[in-house]
Amino acid sequence: MVNMAAASIQISETPLVLYVLRRADDALILGHRLSEWCGHAPMLEEDMALANMGLDLLGQARELYGYAAKVEANGNDEDKFAYLRDVGQYRNLLLVEQPNGDFARTMVRQFFYAAFADLYWRAMMRSSDATLAAIAAKSEKESAYHLRHSAEWIVRLGDGTEESHARAQTAIDDLWAYTGEMFWLDDRERALVDAGIAIDDASLRAPWLKTITNVVSEATLTLPTNNWMQQGGRSGRHSEHLGHLLSELQSMQRTFPGATW
Amino acid sequence: MYTQALNTSDAEDRHVEDAARAGLFQARIDAEERIEPNDWMPAAYRKTLTRQISQHAHSEIVGMLPEGNWITRAPSLRRKAALLAKVQDECGHGLYLYAAAETLGTSREELVDMMLAGKAKYSSIFNYPTQTWADIGAIGWLVDGAAIMNQIPLCRCSYGPYARAMIRVCKEESFHQRQGFEIMLTLSRGGKEQKSMAQDALDRWWWPVLMMFGPPDKASQHGDTSTKWKIKRFSNDELRQKFVDATVPQAQYLGLTIPDPDMTRDEAGHWVYSPIDWEEFNQVLAGNGPCNRNRLGARRKAHDEGAWVREAAAAYAAKRSHRDVAQAAE
Repeated sequence: MVNMAAASIQISETPLVLYVLRRADDALILGHRLSEWCGHAPMLEEDMALANMGLDLLGQARELYGYAAKVEANGNDEDKFAYLRDVGQYRNLLLVEQPNGDFARTMVRQFFYAAFADLYWRAMMRSSDATLAAIAAKSEKESAYHLRHSAEWIVRLGDGTEESHARAQTAIDDLWAYTGEMFWLDDRERALVDAGIAIDDASLRAPWLKTITNVVSEATLTLPTNNWMQQGGRSGRHSEHLGHLLSELQSMQRTFPGATW
Repeated sequence: MYTQALNTSDAEDRHVEDAARAGLFQARIDAEERIEPNDWMPAAYRKTLTRQISQHAHSEIVGMLPEGNWITRAPSLRRKAALLAKVQDECGHGLYLYAAAETLGTSREELVDMMLAGKAKYSSIFNYPTQTWADIGAIGWLVDGAAIMNQIPLCRCSYGPYARAMIRVCKEESFHQRQGFEIMLTLSRGGKEQKSMAQDALDRWWWPVLMMFGPPDKASQHGDTSTKWKIKRFSNDELRQKFVDATVPQAQYLGLTIPDPDMTRDEAGHWVYSPIDWEEFNQVLAGNGPCNRNRLGARRKAHDEGAWVREAAAAYAAKRSHRDVAQAAE
């Protein structure tokens, strides 16, 4: 064993490999963020729920990484994808890497993502790619629960106390700019849409906005009027937060190259 | 004065009545019947069980912290998912046990407040730090292994809700124990650094785990009545010995060395361990363990920072029921 930090892997990035890695990274990073709450949530019931959602997302990530490895056929596996890629090789949405902040911020992040993921996985059940369609069938059920759970909290926090209302509104205002990236497609994804493998994420924006608007209004909260959207995660241009997350996530694999755990 | 006088005569009546009830109660216990929440029970039985079940619940919740320390750094996705699921199980055990304690008449909020105020104990083992990944293996293998030794007899505890909770908890704990052993096995079959990580973890956890069974029988405070009430079926030293006898061969299988060079095997086949440093145990119980302040601090922080969330949920529920009433009235 060479005693040096483990080097990052190389990826043969076909459009399908890239596409699957992007979705896997979303699930892993958000799952990791939720797992950070474990033992520190506002009530034991939420410790359970946050861990539950985190486990669902980790499970989705593992299935997607496994599929990416199979399609790539380059000797990579779920752990190499997760533990041996640098910030620039990660392709997750900027939204999911945003820090947990307070409970309102975590729930707004979850709500924005789950409202998208619920529509996304439901649509992906019709993918011509049998593996993705099967992953979608399982993930859709999980996302539906994540959406219900987070939406209920948005309403409780928005229509709860003055303090919870203010915290929920701040979270919405701060995270809003990261929602546009969910509906963005590049040319490589466009080709997969044309082949019936991927669905057109842009088509999900209207139904997503409808869900968000309904819940936010029931919560007596408002959506920002500034609609300038940040993007970059899908092409490896991340916020400052992801590097810290990865240095923690990857510390063992980087310190003990090639070890089996 | 009037009410006090009334209370006195009341108390006298109750006293006579209670003696008869206590006899019946003990007869039920002796006949291995389960005591249920609505059954009459002596105040001391209620108090002992409330203390024991709530300490057990606190231990599950505080126990989330040392292992939670490694969720974000677990070395593979499979290990990460298993660890997160395990810590979630512990939270579930905590909830389940608080519910069992509540059947004795004290609310979860009151029990948690006592823990946060430092007035209620939790297992001393969770006041030790998890320094390396191998500690996650050692906790599963040894700490959960010791917990199972303690808890399997509790499945036959005289108090029904506690006994039933223990049946479910023990199933999950034995799964955790195997998982921990499997982590240790992987490490001890791994590279040099991994093997020494495993040995180091065993070195640090061994003695504190033996202390988990509580003070030696000659010094135990709660032994006698708990035994009479069939809350406790084996003494601390009996359980400790069972654990040592079960664990020594496992360590040998792993190729690890128990940090007790003077350990011998007696004629009956029991492993005889060296004297335990009870001063260390007493210091940890008194709040001077390596992580006491950290653990309690982390639980207090979660509780305090979560207050506004719980208030919001309560405020929303109140508004909601108000609206439902208003709607129903329309």
